[in-house]
Amino acid sequence: MKKIIKSSLAVLSVLVAFTSCNNSEKTASKSGALSNNIAEKVYVAPGEHDSHYAFISGGYSGNLTVYGLPSGRMFKEIPVFSQFPTSGYGYSEETKPMLNTSHGFIPWGDSHHPDISQTNGEIDGRFIFINENNTPRIAKIDLKTFETTEIIEVPNSAGNHSSSFVTENTEYVVAGTRFSVPVPQRDMPIKDYKGNFQGALSFISVAPETGNMDIKFQILMPGFNYDLSHPGRGKSHGWFFFTTYNTEEASTLLEVNASQNDKDFIAAVNWKKIEEYVNNGGGTMMPAEYAHNVYDEHTHTATSTMKKEVRVVNPIDVPGAVFFLPTPKSPHGCDVDPSGEYIVGNGKLSANLTVHSFTKMLDAIENKKFDGDAYGIPILKFEDVLAGSVEQPGLGPLHTEFDGQGNAYTTFFISSEVVKWKLGTWEVLDRKPTYYSVGHLTIPGGNSGKPQGKYMFAMNKITKDRYLPTGPEMEHSAQLYDISGDKMELLLDFPTHGEPHYAAAMEANLIKERSQKIYNLEENKHPYAAFTDADTKVVRKGNEVHIYMTTIRSHFSPDNIEGVKVGDKVFFHVTNLEQDFDVPHGFAVLGQNTSELLIMPGQTKTSIWEPTKVGVWPFYCTDFCSALHQEMQGYIRVSPANANTPLKWSMGEDIE
Amino acid sequence: MKVTLKIITVLFVSLLISCGGKEEKKEETFSYQKKESTEKKETPKAEATTAPASARIDLTNKGVGPITSLVLPAEIDQTMAAQGADIFKKMCTACHRDGKKFIGPAPNGVLERRTPEWVMNMILNPEEMVQKDPLAKDLLIEFNGSPMANQNLTEEEARAVVEYFRTLN
Repeated sequence: MKKIIKSSLAVLSVLVAFTSCNNSEKTASKSGALSNNIAEKVYVAPGEHDSHYAFISGGYSGNLTVYGLPSGRMFKEIPVFSQFPTSGYGYSEETKPMLNTSHGFIPWGDSHHPDISQTNGEIDGRFIFINENNTPRIAKIDLKTFETTEIIEVPNSAGNHSSSFVTENTEYVVAGTRFSVPVPQRDMPIKDYKGNFQGALSFISVAPETGNMDIKFQILMPGFNYDLSHPGRGKSHGWFFFTTYNTEEASTLLEVNASQNDKDFIAAVNWKKIEEYVNNGGGTMMPAEYAHNVYDEHTHTATSTMKKEVRVVNPIDVPGAVFFLPTPKSPHGCDVDPSGEYIVGNGKLSANLTVHSFTKMLDAIENKKFDGDAYGIPILKFEDVLAGSVEQPGLGPLHTEFDGQGNAYTTFFISSEVVKWKLGTWEVLDRKPTYYSVGHLTIPGGNSGKPQGKYMFAMNKITKDRYLPTGPEMEHSAQLYDISGDKMELLLDFPTHGEPHYAAAMEANLIKERSQKIYNLEENKHPYAAFTDADTKVVRKGNEVHIYMTTIRSHFSPDNIEGVKVGDKVFFHVTNLEQDFDVPHGFAVLGQNTSELLIMPGQTKTSIWEPTKVGVWPFYCTDFCSALHQEMQGYIRVSPANANTPLKWSMGEDIE
Repeated sequence: MKVTLKIITVLFVSLLISCGGKEEKKEETFSYQKKESTEKKETPKAEATTAPASARIDLTNKGVGPITSLVLPAEIDQTMAAQGADIFKKMCTACHRDGKKFIGPAPNGVLERRTPEWVMNMILNPEEMVQKDPLAKDLLIEFNGSPMANQNLTEEEARAVVEYFRTLN
């Protein structure tokens, strides 16, 4: 063994000596980590903290994952749209209402584009929003607790994809529909799509203090596919831009039929104008059914309210509010530079990258230089709004981000690369391969007037040989690049969970300082909380049995319960009495067909258990909490349905 | 290994046999080297290092933590003691009971055995206390390794709890 160490040390030192003599301009090869100190750039020493948080969507996992940059370490998976047995989210009585929709309880979602709240065009780290694509919803996560605290369903929408992007003061979080549908939904032939289906663009207001969401209005647009969107900022604050495809309005074989038109559109929406129209009573209230689910941080309980109507606006009723900017070939990403002047349409089937000018757009509107209309919405002339094109930068452009230094970075799916180019001169400055087939990319502070530079990471769709194989299914790969120099430098590969679409990232400081450590017991207003042994009890209401239980290292109170019968619905309301950081307790009972609970200090959570068998069944703490964790257990006796066993509960009766 | 397994199996089987069909007879249960309750013992001499930590008297050790000096006034502040009783009930009774050894020791008479500084530091800084303070270390062992939980009391709250302890006999 020693010999091996010695010889490998020898080899290593030779290597070091060898590489240190290399011309440092040589591009990074496999030994690049040594010659360029790349390892040092991503190394976060044990106990040290990363400089940035990255919030990466979990795609079909329905969740949001939290990573550190530059280390690429995953810190947390935040359950959002999917049931999550790890914490009991979506299984506990308190959180089941979070997943309620007008289609009933939906245990799953497809999360796509997280976006962090902003103040004055800068990331403020208060909330993060994320869209659910499949059963259209927008969620809000509080970055104080890293918990999902609100979910609102989006009616009249289908394939909630051009979402969830916030305006520069978080006035709105915006959700556009990828699939157009009959509005209102009705029974009609699919072939009659053209001219009859509509696409809803929803502006969800965010209350400045509480962050509470409410659908202020929906714009009912022509039946195109609204793919992605971004807010105007700075000079273009007050506008929102949406890419469209399938302006052909095909309902079948879109692969071919939605690629016929030479140009589709970017829809430019003057939301301030529509807001004013709505504030003056404009638009109409339309019957609609959509759930609004809110988690109360004092009762630790979510409530779901079914809303009955939504305000809709016909864009042609508000002259000067909506325009179409012709953009080549099925544009995907719709990205606005930090100054708000440039709107990039990433035409995914186009050879060139199209960039529109906000100033030129305003000018064209002012001079009414229209090129016809689509369903009454004026179409501007391509040449009149074009700022410039990046000529043949790569194949299959999808998304663009900005570093705040006048540079843009665009991903190319087909050619698997990120291309850096200059705003204004449109020249290509650098290109680096990705591994493989990159979708989105993220620069911390991306969707804001003030990107935070330094790092960029690319999220790939295909992994292939990047990691040890794990059977046919593999986590997707992401690559981290240093973008502080003239040339991008590949630093690190790291795996992501589910399918990451977009990600939002920011400097760690703002969030880190505000991160909550415990729930204060004094503020716990849960109706079934127990704070002392005197509060612990077992109450029968018909066939419902409510157990008010406490936990602290390392016992449950009560831990012996009798008088429960087969056919009862047993509610375990468990309060964690700890008031110390990172001392959760778990709760599991044999045969529990919901999930365990993981209860944070000061929190109360409830699990329903419906015993089907007579016996004495154990319950225990699932989270290793102390040296006596293994002792943290109890028993519940289940008698036959017709038994007369009296209700009894106790803890520590025989302690001397 | 195999031998051990065999022995265990034999023991287990004989245990099963000996208990079979005699469920009502309580005396059939067994106890293996059961610890004697520390509180039942006569209070040992304070100096004896063999005495359990809970019975040792040390009125000089101030413990480790934010409280370095605290002089208790002669009179008990009843208002403060009532506040302390309320805090104790909410934050401490899961493990400590008046007049009774529970998960942790009873608080009765603690100020005859410990300095008020030590008591407050144990409340405010238990993690460090069980690592560095010799008494706290021994108490952790005596009480089965069950840790004193940090309930995040403020100094003011911990002080009120001490005042409450003064009212306990």
